[in-house]
Amino acid sequence: MSAPAGTPGTPEAGDRTDRAEGAAPATPRALARRRRREALRRFAREYARNRAGLFGLAALLAIGALALTAPLLVDQADLTITGAPGAAYQPPSVEYPLGTDNFGRSILDLVIWGSRVSLTVGFLATAVSVVLGTLVGMTAGHFGASGGAAGRIVSSALMRVTDWFLVLPTLVLAVALAAVLPRGTGTIIIAIGLTVWPATARLVRAQTLAVEARPYVERARALGGGHAHVMAWHVLPNVMPVVLAQTTLLVATSIIAESTLAFLGVGDPTVVSWGGVLEAARNAGAISSGIWWYMVPPGLAIALVALSFTLCGRALESVINPRLRG
Amino acid sequence: MTSTPTRAGDPPGPGANDAPVPADPAGPGRAGRAGRVARYVAGRLTTALASLAAVVVAGFFLFRILPGDPVRAMTEGREVTAEQREELRRQFGLDQPLWQQFLDYAAGLLRFDLGTSFQYREPVAELILNRLGPTVLLAGTGTVVAALLGLFLGARAGWRPGGRGDRVNTAVALFLWSVPTFWLGLLLIVFLASGRGFVPGLFPTGGMVAPGADGALETALSTARHMVLPVATMVAVIYAQYLMIMRSSLMDEKGADYLTTARAKGLRDTLVRRRHAVPNALLPTVTLVFLNLGQVVSGVILVETVFSWPGLGQLFYSGLRVPDLGLVQGLFVVFAASVILMNLLADLVYPLLDPRVRP
Amino acid sequence: MTSLLDVRDLCVTYRTGGGDVPAVRGVDLALDPGGTLGLAGESGSGKSTVALALLRLLPGTAGVTGEVLLEGENVLDMRWGRLRAVRWAGASIVFQGAMHSLNPVRRIGDQIAEPMAVHGTVPAGEVPARVTALLEQVGLPDSRYRDYPHQLSGGQRQRVMIAMALACEPRLVIADEATTALDVMIQAQILTLLKRLVAEHGIGMLMISHDLSVLSSTCDRVAIMYAGRIVEQGPAREVVHEPAHPYADALSAAFPRIGDPASRLAPRGLPGDPPDPADRSPGCVFRPRCAVAETVCATVDPPLWPVDPDAEGASTRQAACVHVGPARPLTAAPTEEKRP
Repeated sequence: MSAPAGTPGTPEAGDRTDRAEGAAPATPRALARRRRREALRRFAREYARNRAGLFGLAALLAIGALALTAPLLVDQADLTITGAPGAAYQPPSVEYPLGTDNFGRSILDLVIWGSRVSLTVGFLATAVSVVLGTLVGMTAGHFGASGGAAGRIVSSALMRVTDWFLVLPTLVLAVALAAVLPRGTGTIIIAIGLTVWPATARLVRAQTLAVEARPYVERARALGGGHAHVMAWHVLPNVMPVVLAQTTLLVATSIIAESTLAFLGVGDPTVVSWGGVLEAARNAGAISSGIWWYMVPPGLAIALVALSFTLCGRALESVINPRLRG
Repeated sequence: MTSTPTRAGDPPGPGANDAPVPADPAGPGRAGRAGRVARYVAGRLTTALASLAAVVVAGFFLFRILPGDPVRAMTEGREVTAEQREELRRQFGLDQPLWQQFLDYAAGLLRFDLGTSFQYREPVAELILNRLGPTVLLAGTGTVVAALLGLFLGARAGWRPGGRGDRVNTAVALFLWSVPTFWLGLLLIVFLASGRGFVPGLFPTGGMVAPGADGALETALSTARHMVLPVATMVAVIYAQYLMIMRSSLMDEKGADYLTTARAKGLRDTLVRRRHAVPNALLPTVTLVFLNLGQVVSGVILVETVFSWPGLGQLFYSGLRVPDLGLVQGLFVVFAASVILMNLLADLVYPLLDPRVRP
Repeated sequence: MTSLLDVRDLCVTYRTGGGDVPAVRGVDLALDPGGTLGLAGESGSGKSTVALALLRLLPGTAGVTGEVLLEGENVLDMRWGRLRAVRWAGASIVFQGAMHSLNPVRRIGDQIAEPMAVHGTVPAGEVPARVTALLEQVGLPDSRYRDYPHQLSGGQRQRVMIAMALACEPRLVIADEATTALDVMIQAQILTLLKRLVAEHGIGMLMISHDLSVLSSTCDRVAIMYAGRIVEQGPAREVVHEPAHPYADALSAAFPRIGDPASRLAPRGLPGDPPDPADRSPGCVFRPRCAVAETVCATVDPPLWPVDPDAEGASTRQAACVHVGPARPLTAAPTEEKRP
């Protein structure tokens, strides 16, 4: 090197010292942290522009708070058939704002308490399906792109299985699972989780293929990065945003599925859930007698939660993928 | 099985138009055409058969292996003596080794023998055949109406995304999508059929034909009246998906160059949409519509349950309540197989719609 | 004599989230009936925007001002019905990259027939015969009528586009990068075909390309665009062989040789990147890349000026550079120089 490198006064050198003295952000870790914080802020700003998404988020926060504080609002003894406080089929009144059911229980109490099961099942079933879907989708995408002949066979086999699950009537499979396994909330979570994952797997696979085609992944591979390294460090972080949006949408699906299973009588009979209340309403003959206050509130609650998750999911999607913005 | 040209589930991006240019620039010749068609059909048939086989295995696994002891699952909470259990076990062939049971079950399926219903004491296949008609009537009507409505509204919404029509349509579709099917049915019954409250009972609360209906015309009219609410429920739930699919598919086509060509030719905006954009947007939509048939099955089960429609869905529900695992198993296989066959049909019809993937 | 096409002070501005971006800034073009005019420039210079603006095909985010007189009638003022009637029947376009410009799911015969049906230029019964005749004119057999675009090669698709453009016998054909995606042999064929058909039917043609060699062999006159403006125009031979504007000089020296990507990636004597259209600093926009730039160029944005005012028919050859023409821009310079 003949040029007097680092001589003060040459523009490059001055530039370099400036950056070094720019102090804290010089370490790569701090830089990365700052960049992440900025990205997060940008993300929040973009999201805040979506009014429907904000509405969904607010509704979810309110319902979540309600579900968490339910034990303070509702006396659990009032929810048992024997401890029902009111008379049967009382229309909405000051004492029972949403009326009472055939046992004299307050519908409002039932709806508040039901939110706990619906949200729990919704989140846990989604977690099961997202983990499963991400695992299958990433494996299929990664080994399909860079696993050689054997990898391609594994990948296409996985996609065949995914397609098979995707085509199968979800409800029939979930109901069958719920019917043959021991009754309980765990069964419902598994039944839903095992049936709604294929869409996630497909999405993740597509995204994995897109990421793997990027030059820096190629470079990581060329530098000797193993499958696990490439997947964990390069693919997963890039797949996560898409999965996040999909997850939010899946919670809505799972909550509807939970209420449907309960309505069909394969839910957990020992807990109060929105679908269970609707099943009870139907079995008690409240529907054909036109007892609207028995069935409108739980259904509205399901619809509101599902809609909120859907709105949030769509808002996230449009932030992540601006092409969708209308 | 669903390796349809636009990989369904992947976002139908603009790449969907990048049909591979045939190596032979003169276009595919006539020679070998029949062979290619045969190969294509054979390939689709093979995957469909593999899927059916998987359904058969899944049915066995779900209903014979997973429950541990199916007889205990069926008789749970009932007063049943040990002898009666043994008798049931023998009756359902559960005393045989598992592989023998599987072979018997698979061989039975080939003869369309789905076993015997515990609850009705009748062959499951017969029960299914008797209830098939009403289900096909309901599901068919619902799907056709929903597809027409969804595709029509979706095309309008996607052509002017962000416009007022789009916003209203999308909002309604999203709301209906978020509402549980069965609850929507219950609502319709309470407000339009129960006869209590503001509206007189306009429609029957359930069933397919009024008991006293006599003669073909009267039966048909009564059936039509009984169909209104169930079909409305099915349409409300399914059309939203078709709308959203068509909307996004059309939005993908909106920037296409051939639309500029069409505009430059002096076509009206509606003609540009109808003649050029919609046919292209329909292609990915068709695949997704067929992929969603599983949801039609789910919908029909719920609607039949809610409206006591004497079809397969109600049969499924009655099997669940007992539980009559033989009946549920038979229906599981039939539902899954019918969806797979409809997908096969879609795969075979698709090339007729899209010239680019013709073998 | 009214000109076939007379474009006056055409400006196109795209409204984006980050402000307005001018893509075309005051373009004047004139074309006599039956004449051929080439419009050259690198990608992003606004030449395709000009093509689309002529028939008002730009998206709603583009604001268009100025005048586009097609046989004396201003396209930009037309009502929608009149505009639809003028599209294709008055002026048609041979689009770039025929793969995506043809509808992939409709038969090519039907696509050629469509404008005839829309404009009613041919009685319905005679349309198929007319399509066959058009296919024959562009050298495609009748059997192609029922083919789909993907069954044709790139050159064949471009022929279909040309047949389609001639369907309603327009007075003007706009060829927008019509040969760009083709290999050199096919390119020559298509150019010859286009030139012959335009001459036979007495159609005026505006040919747009980034490839000056294509234009010089096809057109009577050539205009060169840079950053949304015409920087030089005149008879094709003179502009190509004795360019007056430094950019035209660089462009003609940098004839991309097809098949040799290196010559395309590194045009001789033209360093730097195309200008950012949103940049609104004063002076000549070409200055940062100009080999002969002077101090005045930083402040003076010269208008088009006759290259050789003393020569016969001088007004036909113009360039926008301080080095061209009389001292007018130069004398104006000192007063402007004080501004910063």
